Amino acid sequence: MKISIIDYGAGNLPSVERALRSLGAETECVTKPEQIAAARALILPGVGHFSAFVTGLRERNLTAALRDAIAAGIPILGICLGLQAMFASSAEAPGDQGLDLIHENVQALPTNVKSPHIGWNQLRRLRQSILLRDLPDDAYFYFAHSYAAAASEPHTAAACEHGFPFAAVLEQNNLMAVQFHPEKSGEAGWRVLRNFLEWAQ
Amino acid sequence: MTLARRIIPCLDVDAGRVVKGVEFAGLRDMGDPEELAARYNREGADELILLDITASRDGRATFLETVRRVAQQLNIPFTAGGGIRRLEDGNAVLRAGADKVTVNTAAVERPELISELAAQFGSQAVVLSMDVKKTTAGWEVFIRGGAESSGRDAAVWAREGVSRGAGEILLTAIDRDGTCSGFDCGLTAAIAQQVSVPVIASGGAKTFDDFLAVFGEGQADAALAASIFHTAEHSIGSLKKYLAGCGVPVRLSR
Repeated sequence: MKISIIDYGAGNLPSVERALRSLGAETECVTKPEQIAAARALILPGVGHFSAFVTGLRERNLTAALRDAIAAGIPILGICLGLQAMFASSAEAPGDQGLDLIHENVQALPTNVKSPHIGWNQLRRLRQSILLRDLPDDAYFYFAHSYAAAASEPHTAAACEHGFPFAAVLEQNNLMAVQFHPEKSGEAGWRVLRNFLEWAQ
Repeated sequence: MTLARRIIPCLDVDAGRVVKGVEFAGLRDMGDPEELAARYNREGADELILLDITASRDGRATFLETVRRVAQQLNIPFTAGGGIRRLEDGNAVLRAGADKVTVNTAAVERPELISELAAQFGSQAVVLSMDVKKTTAGWEVFIRGGAESSGRDAAVWAREGVSRGAGEILLTAIDRDGTCSGFDCGLTAAIAQQVSVPVIASGGAKTFDDFLAVFGEGQADAALAASIFHTAEHSIGSLKKYLAGCGVPVRLSR
């Protein structure tokens, strides 16, 4: 199936694209609202600053199109900053609005732990997860972030802990997101992408 | 649930070939960067670092091509650098497929470079590389591949780099580089205690116990090595199994 990867002007598109293609998916990079409206499955990858990210989406008129697509039930996978963008706002850029699909805020990691949280970490599953299907409980994933959304019952399928328990895998109907980088997480990460592809079929 | 200590092989490249020197001099050919990258990816490396040690500016296109080809081999994080002087240099390396960029000499000469890169790409993409040697003044930062003293104190520079937005410190003990005499745990711990970001220890790796020491008394978050992996003296997999057996949290691939 064809996966539409949202290109907001920065970010790690090539590695996400390469991973999906290796898994047999057809990919296209989309930059226009009408392309999002026509998409069958979406990926929202993101690195860098929350403000640059949501501004990039807004300036390309992608914000409303994304919200509409998600409301219409189109499967979407947010990656890293793409997870954080699903929230109302972030402490990284208090003046900027996120997509607000989850009405909570993204917080800074506390000062008693190393920040950014960089490296391979494990997850604690809170409930059955589509994205983590067939993966061992002790699998490692690669994280690189300084902000995170607190793990919370309705949306968090698996949490990671670094200073506080945060949402590492978020699954809410057709809205899915991971705080780690599946495209950079070896075999385990590619399994997550494959699970998304199979579920989005 | 624990953040794993990382094992990071490093490829020093010159004109498209992996080379390795001893104490920053006397280069030896160690192989093809793509082949080594693919092997390390397979063996369970947690990340790969590629450094351009070509002195000339015209080697730039060759280096970017190497970055592009190596990136194709990896499904782990990938850092590239060497000769990054401006924002555009960093951008070129990231566009070629790297996830993070390292800065060294140019950042010492113009610390704003760190801030510029962090503002554009985020702190998680900026690694401050420091080459450090013990002098009568203490731990001092050296530049131009270890050839010249910068007059800066290592701990002070590390703190400034982090306050300017560096997300990790790659700390090389010049006196240990390529000597296989063990990591400098004293230096590594001294810097790790000074900064809030992860520290990657580099220089001197030889035995499995060197890694154990740098993750213990050295307080390193990650350890880098080149020669011992290139020569296949040790496989990354067996090193990680050894560390796991000693209670160090590492990611074991199956």
